[in-house]
Amino acid sequence: MTTNHEHATVTLEITGMHCASCAAFVEDALSGTHGVKRAAVNLASEKATVEFAPSVVNVANLTTAVENAGYGAHEIKHDTNRAEQAEATEARKLAEYTALKRRFIVAVVMAAVIMPLSMTMLFPSVEHFIHETIGMQALNFVLLALTLPVLLYSGREYYVSAYNTFLHRTANMDTLIAVGTGAAFVYSVIATLAPSLFEQHGMRAEVYYDTTATIIALILLGKVLEARAKGQTSAAIKKLIGLQAKTARVLVHGEEQEIPIEQVHAGDVVVVRPGEKIATDGEILEGASSVDESMLTGESLPVQKTSGNAVFGGTINKTGRFTFRATNVGADTALAQIVRLVEEAQGSKAPIQRLADNISSVFVPTVVVISILTFVVWFNAMPAETRLPFALVNFVAVLIIACPCALGLATPTAIMVGTGKGAEHGILIRNAESLEKAHLISVVVLDKTGTLTKGEPLVTDFVLLDDTIEREDAVQYAASLEHHSEHPLASAIVDYAEAQNVDAVFTVHDFLAVEGKGAIGTVAGESVAVGNTKLMELYHIPIDADATAAAVQLLAEAKTTMFVAVKGAIVAVIGVADTVRETSREAVQAMQKRGIEVVMLTGDNPKTAEAIAAQVGIKRVFAEVLPQDKTNVVKQLQAEGKTVAMVGDGINDAPALAQADVGIAIGAGTDIAMEAASITLMRSDLRDVVRAIDLSRRTMANIKQNLFFAFIYNVLGIPLAAGLLYPFTGWLLSPMIAAAAMAMSSVSVLTNALRLKTVRI
Amino acid sequence: MDTSQILVTLGGVGLAGFVVWYFFFGKRETKAATVNDSGIQEVAITVKGGYSPDIIEVVQGKPVRLKFYRDETSSCSEELVFSEFKLRRDLPAFETTIIDILPTNKGTFEFTCGMNMLRGKLVVR
Repeated sequence: MTTNHEHATVTLEITGMHCASCAAFVEDALSGTHGVKRAAVNLASEKATVEFAPSVVNVANLTTAVENAGYGAHEIKHDTNRAEQAEATEARKLAEYTALKRRFIVAVVMAAVIMPLSMTMLFPSVEHFIHETIGMQALNFVLLALTLPVLLYSGREYYVSAYNTFLHRTANMDTLIAVGTGAAFVYSVIATLAPSLFEQHGMRAEVYYDTTATIIALILLGKVLEARAKGQTSAAIKKLIGLQAKTARVLVHGEEQEIPIEQVHAGDVVVVRPGEKIATDGEILEGASSVDESMLTGESLPVQKTSGNAVFGGTINKTGRFTFRATNVGADTALAQIVRLVEEAQGSKAPIQRLADNISSVFVPTVVVISILTFVVWFNAMPAETRLPFALVNFVAVLIIACPCALGLATPTAIMVGTGKGAEHGILIRNAESLEKAHLISVVVLDKTGTLTKGEPLVTDFVLLDDTIEREDAVQYAASLEHHSEHPLASAIVDYAEAQNVDAVFTVHDFLAVEGKGAIGTVAGESVAVGNTKLMELYHIPIDADATAAAVQLLAEAKTTMFVAVKGAIVAVIGVADTVRETSREAVQAMQKRGIEVVMLTGDNPKTAEAIAAQVGIKRVFAEVLPQDKTNVVKQLQAEGKTVAMVGDGINDAPALAQADVGIAIGAGTDIAMEAASITLMRSDLRDVVRAIDLSRRTMANIKQNLFFAFIYNVLGIPLAAGLLYPFTGWLLSPMIAAAAMAMSSVSVLTNALRLKTVRI
Repeated sequence: MDTSQILVTLGGVGLAGFVVWYFFFGKRETKAATVNDSGIQEVAITVKGGYSPDIIEVVQGKPVRLKFYRDETSSCSEELVFSEFKLRRDLPAFETTIIDILPTNKGTFEFTCGMNMLRGKLVVR
């Protein structure tokens, strides 16, 4: 709703319109309401846009006007952001929970009175007293009066819902509760109103009001506990949504103004003070600070930021004051994307759920059939005096003990807790299927550059081979040429020159980058070439023994070598190395300890590759793999019958990530829109791959426990309730015990899923 | 077997047969989406002990707007799961929740409540 003092506009969703005359009718009803300036009803979109004076009329009046005309109306809210929506949902759930608790308390209080009154037969003197004073039938009337509020208030929802689902030719848990308690209640009412019907057949006119009331009280207890536990399964996503800042301090004409976050646009300049939450994504213009990004990336150490660095909405500015230009707002921010990704994962289904789904789709009608057959069998098997109550009690017990909820909750709750737990650690799981597959991983393929190593090549050696040229000049020639190249190795040389205080100032003509080989050009009038053996061969530059020896030496140290040639002769050999991340070795060992084979894949030559692999403890290496061939390596491993996880930086690895059974994009930072990956790791830490696998294994174990429990519960509980063991052991199940078991079964599944929150990964 | 036993047996078996027929072989309510002014295929679905209509027909490749109005407080229908489109949404009671999707593949996709008891189908042609 948009509002100012005299004028407001609201969009209402109108239901129940069938034709143009309906639309006209609704429009008249709205236009005719005092205070409405204009009303337009769109039949196709089933919406009404109403302009009105808020001082005269409110939205509730408008919906009433539509309802009085015989249609339904609801306000459509556009302006609320995610945090507000989450708050509204939270408030609504709290209200529902409070109402549920109230219904539960009424049921418990009534059941607490009904129970002892129904058990007078246990105390012959009390029973005798009642018999002599008011009579048993009067007591039954009292019990009926006490049970009615439990049925009509506390349990009403179950009967209404059972009726509604029946009309849809479906049946759910409410059906079982309604039919079970309903049967016990109707039997009792007949026994109360017309006891002679029973007595003339030699039966006692027994009532089951205590059963009815206690079952409803216990089931409501289960529901109360379930609602509490269910709220916790989505705690992680709520926490993420709660990170969103509500306001931003924006510079307008040089002045700071605090405005609602929805009004911040890309391009706005935002001021952030120490200790404040960063409002949205952007790039620092002025100032420096350290920022706590742990809530997004799981990285516990604050990150140093200065002008030009990216900052992200929802993270906390620790020390300094800075201004930044907003780049992404609203749904485009990293936080919003993370929330979306986690929500999507929680909405997806794990393949393991399929069996439970198939069973639950036929579950309730099947249980109803079993309960009817139970009734028939016991009615035929028992002596005439006891057969009706016996058959009834077992019929009710079967209906009440059966619990489709535990089956329905088993997988999704564990997935919700598991994916939420992942998000807290900077592990974003695309969907439930990925989470399920990750526990089967038998091979992890690591892309060397950027995954095992930092992906930032550094010049480690600059071996001068020609005495006739100054070292500084050689560096300057190479750096001046490479200044024009965009290759990562080229920038390593430029960086090296800078570090040596050599300026890359020579003018360059005729620059030519030769893909996969190097670069050539005219630098300060001299022909200069920087590149590998292939480039030297291409330009017929001889590689003499000294150059070869230097190159071999560098190669043995796992370094990439480049020759620098000036005027057609090699003057220097450059060694470039990519440093291994500190955590890589530990991660590789952790994977191997879990029985997972670790394979390295790289475009480097075998020698360099072997040296790096040896450093981190990897035994199987695929070297000299061109980017387009990475997919084939994954395919080859899959052909060996392995479940392959491919770990890469997600940019040039996309096809291989997609081909792998589980594609893991690493070091995404906050650029998480990685479509190809099934798991995205926000940090560049290989140990997170291990954490993701551990999380998957724990979640799958949890799901299996839940499913086992839910299946075994029903498989054992239903026959027991049906009295299958009665002929052998004399065991029967009281419907009240059945209700307690049923209430606890879903709660225990939920509690088990919540255990995942506390596991260490 | 006395008369009451015969009656109970016949009644029970008959009732069991009715339950099987009614829940497993009943006819479902199907509705094709209507295209609104903006070219969106729209369907209003009432959630009350199930989904009405519970089979929705739409055309492939065009945006679809499903408007779920939850006309009850029964907790069974409080959540909607549409796993094909990776959706898990809360449906507030007595409110319309709008779900926009783009069906890119043909086929039949099921939507259910959070516990998989209430079911509906989106048929993409």
